[in-house]
Amino acid sequence: MVHGEIWTIKELWVLPNEYIIWAIQIVMYPFMTGLVAGSFVLSSLYHVFGIKKLEGIARFALVFSFALLPGALIPLLLHLQHPERSINVMMTPHFTSAIAAFGIVFSCYFAIVAAEIWFLYRRHFIDHSRYLQSLGKDRTFGQRVLQLVHTILTLGSFETSEESMRKDHKAIKLLASAGIPVALFLHGYAGFIFGSVKANALWLTPLMPVIFIVSAVVSGISLCLLSYIIVSEVRSRRGRRRLGKGKLKGAAPSVDISVIKMTSKFLLIFLATAVSLELLDLVFRGYTALNSWRILKDALYVRDFRNIFILQYGLGAFVPLVMLLLPRLTLRRTVVATLLVLWGVLMMRYNVVIGGQSFSQTFAGYMHYKLPVIPYDVERLKEGLVGALIVFSFPMLLFYIYSKVFPVFPRQPHSPD
Amino acid sequence: MSADIPESMPHGTETSPAVQQQPAESGARRAVSRRDFLKKTGLLAAGILTPAVALEVIFGLKGAGAAQAEGLATAAKTTPHWQFLVDTNKCVGCGFCVKACKLENEIPYTLNASRTWVERHVITKDGESHVDSPHAGQYGFTEPEIDLGEGKTLAIAPEDISKAFFVPKLCNQCNHPPCVQVCPVGATYKSPDGVVLVDRKWCIGCGYCVNACPYGARFFHPKYHTAEKCTFCEHRISKGLKPACVQACAFGARQIGDQNDPADPVAEVVATRRVEVLKAEFGTDPQCFYLGMDAEVR
Repeated sequence: MVHGEIWTIKELWVLPNEYIIWAIQIVMYPFMTGLVAGSFVLSSLYHVFGIKKLEGIARFALVFSFALLPGALIPLLLHLQHPERSINVMMTPHFTSAIAAFGIVFSCYFAIVAAEIWFLYRRHFIDHSRYLQSLGKDRTFGQRVLQLVHTILTLGSFETSEESMRKDHKAIKLLASAGIPVALFLHGYAGFIFGSVKANALWLTPLMPVIFIVSAVVSGISLCLLSYIIVSEVRSRRGRRRLGKGKLKGAAPSVDISVIKMTSKFLLIFLATAVSLELLDLVFRGYTALNSWRILKDALYVRDFRNIFILQYGLGAFVPLVMLLLPRLTLRRTVVATLLVLWGVLMMRYNVVIGGQSFSQTFAGYMHYKLPVIPYDVERLKEGLVGALIVFSFPMLLFYIYSKVFPVFPRQPHSPD
Repeated sequence: MSADIPESMPHGTETSPAVQQQPAESGARRAVSRRDFLKKTGLLAAGILTPAVALEVIFGLKGAGAAQAEGLATAAKTTPHWQFLVDTNKCVGCGFCVKACKLENEIPYTLNASRTWVERHVITKDGESHVDSPHAGQYGFTEPEIDLGEGKTLAIAPEDISKAFFVPKLCNQCNHPPCVQVCPVGATYKSPDGVVLVDRKWCIGCGYCVNACPYGARFFHPKYHTAEKCTFCEHRISKGLKPACVQACAFGARQIGDQNDPADPVAEVVATRRVEVLKAEFGTDPQCFYLGMDAEVR
């Protein structure tokens, strides 16, 4: 069986070698990098532009961005026919290819985020390491391990003078500023990968990188907002329960609604821009009606109508737009709206990646995509529903682990948790 | 030890040599050791690199460079530039070319992909175009019904047909190949004789080239899991043989020639007759030329 045949159904005149080659993992790849870039931009809004109301979510967003990074890498590895050769991209990068820069941009971005996190948490590592050491021989095994981890993370720097803290702050600002263009580039070039394929009538548009970046910011902010609310709620509920048992040292605060309102305003701006750009692209294609339009109009308005206009624009953009615009924003409404926005962005990636391959280059045939649900074999596991779920859930697990070392909420100094 | 220093004692006096020496020594040790460390590392690196570089310069680089320059100079004179000529007027849709190609290039008959294929175009009197290529045309077109995919067929009455013809297709070995442009690792490349090749040992299998080809010429090899495509049978033409499909065609619908050979009949046809290429609008400069092409063919 030729690669792609498992999930492709051909209809009418499709060339013999045409199949949906880029499947669900290539939908996940821009979705995950979008979340990475978006959450980084959100944290930078505070660190660079000093939007004070975002202070509560800035650390959270930065650590989340760091945890999401492997999420941008895993789908590619699962998609490659020869993942063991993936290092070739670094060994012999062929720079006329948009993908060749991936290794460099990705490593660069990884280094920036890691460095920013280090500067941000340096004081915490020092304090925590000293605190755990001060416990002396009463330390549990877990505390000993944590102490070792924290001591290693200080990288040997125990300087906590005011001067050094000022320098740290400066470094954070610098890294956050440098990170914005790199994050946008990381994602914009994912858009370029598609936008520059001249053989594909749907992908070929210079608007593609811009659309990708804006929708990336939309998805990143949504995910941060959503998880911020969930984590805060869980913490405050756990706090209340502990308070009931009389074990609490300091009650965890519940969600700060002003943070939510401010963040959702940014979400609204980016969401409106994303939808406008996508509609502009659609209108332009219809108006210019090039040769490819004869199949594109059928693909967009008839065959993929449900996916594009109901699931993506309707449910994923219009409904949350109205929900966020209505006065007296509540937490519950924000949660539903952000979930819908995330869904909308995922559908947008799906409609671009799969939709772009759903018609033949002959403009006279169609290909339907059937997502492999049950993993009968490795191919169906890697590039099926299970693979996509692994890609999505791995960063969440990583974020949980990271949050044990990098506290994403301000906490009582020296409180073991 | 610092407890031994009297509070009033000025530092640097000889009265407390041990105390005074201690920080100075540790400071010196730190500074010197770091500098030493860097120095020694540098020396070590240089030491390792020198013989390697020297060897390369003396024997490797120089020799290879000179040989390469020499090779290129002679190659320019003798290297062919392969061109393919398809005369659609001569094609009867027997599919022997597809079979020969699959056999020659180890592509399973049962695989629903092929390095080359034959299309059947039927244009009816109402202006509608109906095209198919069942099994890439390898078993010929024995059924009059048009294959619509998903097991459906369309029967067309002979009197409704205004024109019908066959079009063999293969890789166009473009002079500006988009597949080569997008390969992130340089595993696919244009060889000096104009043929686009794939390095099966270096291809990572990302599929970018497959999607970038406007002609649908590429697919994944079921065994090697790397990008697969027509090579004009590079392994044959480089030995003076004809590609398998050309050899298998009993009607002369498929021909190959060398653009750089003034006496080559194919090159002469391409140069002097009115020939068409596929999808010229993509700016790929295809090297497959067609005689008797129709505007309906994409």
